[in-house]
Amino acid sequence: MALLEVKDVRKRFGGLQAVDTVSFAVAEGTIKALIGPNGAGKTTLFNLISGFVSPDGGAISFRERQVQGLRPYQVAAAGMARTFQHIRLFPKMSSLENVMVGRHLHGRSGFLASMLSLPRTRREELKAKDKAMELMDFLGIAGLAGTEATSLSYGQQRLVELARALACEPRLLLLDEPAAGLNMRETAEMASVISKIRDMGITILIVEHDVSLVMNISDEIIVLNYGRKVADDVPLAIQKNEDVIRIYLGGDDA
Amino acid sequence: MNVDLFFQYIVAGITYGTIYAVVAIGFNIIYNATGIINFAQGEFVMLGGMTAVSLHRFLPLPSAVLAAVLITMIVGALIEVLFIRWLHKPSVLRMIIITIGLSILIREIALHIWGEGVKALPYFTGTSVSSIKLGGVFVSPQVIWVVGISAVMVALLSFFFNYTIAGRQMRACSANREAARLCGINAKNMVTLSFALSAAIGALGGCIVSPITYVQYDSGTPLAIKGFTVAILGGLGNSFAAVAAGLLLGILESFSIWVMPAAYKDVIAISILLVILFVRPSGLFGSREAASMKEF
Amino acid sequence: MRSSAHLALFGLIAAVIAVQQITAHTGSGYYLTQLTMSAYYSLVIVGLCLLMGYAGQISLGHAGFFAIGGYISAFLTTHDLTPLKDTVFVAFLNKTGILWAREDLYGGQLLTVQPWPACIAAVLFTVVVAYIVGGPVLKLKGHYLAMATLGFGTIVYRIALGTTALGAADGLSDVPPFKLTPFLEVSGEMSARVQNYYIAWGLVILAVFLSLNLIHSRIGRALRAIHAAQDAADAMGIDTAKYKLNIFALSAVFASVAGVFLTHYNGGIGPSEASIMKSVRYVAIVAVGGMANLWGALVMGTLLNFLSLRGYLGSYDDAVFGGILIVIMLFIPRGLLHTDILRDLRALLPGKAGEEDA
Ligand SMILES: Nc1ncnc2c1ncn2[C@@H]1O[C@H](COP(=O)(O)OP(=O)(O)O)[C@@H](O)[C@H]1O
Ligand SMILES: [Mg+2]
Repeated sequence: MALLEVKDVRKRFGGLQAVDTVSFAVAEGTIKALIGPNGAGKTTLFNLISGFVSPDGGAISFRERQVQGLRPYQVAAAGMARTFQHIRLFPKMSSLENVMVGRHLHGRSGFLASMLSLPRTRREELKAKDKAMELMDFLGIAGLAGTEATSLSYGQQRLVELARALACEPRLLLLDEPAAGLNMRETAEMASVISKIRDMGITILIVEHDVSLVMNISDEIIVLNYGRKVADDVPLAIQKNEDVIRIYLGGDDA
Repeated sequence: MNVDLFFQYIVAGITYGTIYAVVAIGFNIIYNATGIINFAQGEFVMLGGMTAVSLHRFLPLPSAVLAAVLITMIVGALIEVLFIRWLHKPSVLRMIIITIGLSILIREIALHIWGEGVKALPYFTGTSVSSIKLGGVFVSPQVIWVVGISAVMVALLSFFFNYTIAGRQMRACSANREAARLCGINAKNMVTLSFALSAAIGALGGCIVSPITYVQYDSGTPLAIKGFTVAILGGLGNSFAAVAAGLLLGILESFSIWVMPAAYKDVIAISILLVILFVRPSGLFGSREAASMKEF
Repeated sequence: MRSSAHLALFGLIAAVIAVQQITAHTGSGYYLTQLTMSAYYSLVIVGLCLLMGYAGQISLGHAGFFAIGGYISAFLTTHDLTPLKDTVFVAFLNKTGILWAREDLYGGQLLTVQPWPACIAAVLFTVVVAYIVGGPVLKLKGHYLAMATLGFGTIVYRIALGTTALGAADGLSDVPPFKLTPFLEVSGEMSARVQNYYIAWGLVILAVFLSLNLIHSRIGRALRAIHAAQDAADAMGIDTAKYKLNIFALSAVFASVAGVFLTHYNGGIGPSEASIMKSVRYVAIVAVGGMANLWGALVMGTLLNFLSLRGYLGSYDDAVFGGILIVIMLFIPRGLLHTDILRDLRALLPGKAGEEDA
């Protein structure tokens, strides 16, 4: 069974059918991309999967467990981490602290243990810090650990956010336009990082506007338009799909 | 309980409810223009009542009331100009704390001017014991004044927002500040106007009700909480619904004396507020969808 | 905890001892009374600072928690159970040692609850109330949260004011001393002044120690994350509702403990302790201290409460706190005790718009 299975999921906002009976699956260890014009419902689909929005209908199973209707923190605890299209770092906290928040699920200490600063708590804190530094090192941002996260450059902020999501040690990583706002060199670096993450054994679902990036790194691609699934296939087949070509040449800016 | 007493409770409920509605409308006007809940709203009511009582010593009643309303209106406008106008996109928390600070300052100034004593204007017509027979029920003439003047006020406000240029500009601003600005409306002046208007309405409410309820330097806060309850009940920003919600709360509160000692009257009103906030923050009449769109 | 925080904590301990020594050598021991009371108020403020400054949730009802602690403890330790002595429940309590027979001020015999069980009952009850109220209230944001907590505070105030069993407008008095250990006693006796100063400040130091640990822990990070970006915190697996509720309850416990101790110290409590003005005062002090600044809140809390209790603010007491709120929020929303205070003040000069936090 696939790691993530989305079945007939629907979501309506007022008069707008943002996601219209969409089904797809993501196999363990692959990179699956989600593309489509602006407003196609990609972010909404992410929000549905990660629990930020509850679906009007349909089912979402993750690791063979129904997750639709769960709160986001419960979905995260099930092993899913995400980044946001509009970067959501914690202001007034250093990059390192931001990434350490990502270690939350791997800590045990509660209010009492933390207030008493028990030895176990302190050991846990050190371990969280080490792991966070290791990830920042992996993404080449270890040097920025002490800097306030929101004062970094756009590209650096994207990497901190990615490190924070990786700190959760997720089975599935949802990336919403990780290359948005990056220059060409940064985009290429991001592509290679994403491939590396997959090689670490983490399954990835990615929304991306940069079609060439998507074609290069993904194993499969889904195309969404007006909330409906238009195609779901390997990159080569998508390139030849006439519906997809019509959508992309039809004047949309994607 | 006999029928007479029942109607007395209803009448008392309507009187208080009207004032709650007036405070709620004051909240709504500023909220619509700025997205701010003015925690000093109750103080406008107190200020209006107190000022009118002082002025009435050497002015006839109508002029005293009018002057008190004007003075409070100016205070309202000044508050906006001095404390709010020049803030650049203040956070909600900051605005809450500033308006709470203002409410305390106004209250303390009132304490130093007027002392702790309870004050009241005389009955507009007749005395505290005169009454009018209305369909078998005896009603104090002041109740007629309270309900009558409030009704006229609501009608005038509705006329103002629908048919005058300033009123329409204010509505345009509350719908979309940026677009209104592009159309050449001075949004900042509209906000000042909303404070002035809201202060004036509160002050008038304070004047007409003072013969019945009396005013004291600290009577603002309970009024603010109940006015807010009513504003929420009716759906924040919706002034017609606030009238209905005000009457509802007033009557509920009036009958609560049945089940609880009078000292706990406020507890009833506030418990209603809490319950409404928990189960239906968009209000009894408001739509959930609309409430979720608003920024808090 | 970081070493700088440890250092600051030692600084606090040294300052507490130094102040006592100075008053002892200059014969101004009478200052200790207000310093002791300030300490208890500071305890409330430290808790509120955790809630407001770090977790980002405003409470305009914290005087309510203080009053719940104080009133319950006062009621239990003064309410005479002699007439009920033969009922099963009271007889049972009597046997467990929870009750004690003592003489009142006029030599009459009283059977009341002992201070320790009363204190525990008061704090437990506060926790229950905090969870019941906090559950729904903390789902609200902004104006709604402010009004709802204000409403909660008003309810407590009205109940204190309107209930005869709680002394109505007069409050409860003749509350007995609280013997913490055979050698330590919370009471307003002149002879116990120094000891009470150290009890109160010991409690504050303990609270600061626990709070600093909390802030610099996994939990503290989670709380700050909730404040900074709740949705992102949620996505990191933080149960935001649970954490907000827990920190609300914790800060309520700080307030409640302060209420219990100060009530035994003063020998009574009145409804003004539950008033909205008190709650606003606590908020004002946290704001002046710089919101997410425990030390700022502590310093300003001690200073302002001390000035107020000594009567230096005269009849302008409340006005001063109202004024402080406005001035701080208008001009230096990050608070007075902030390392960038000069930058904030410079930004006030015409032509430079200050930056606004969300
Ligand atoms: N919370 C919401 N409320 C109302 N409409 C929404 C909401 N979220 C998204 N939408 C609408 O749903 C549509 C799909 O949006 P989105 O999923 O963000 O598209 P994409 O990420 O593909 O650009 C858009 O028209 C957007 O305006
Ligand atoms: Mg999107």
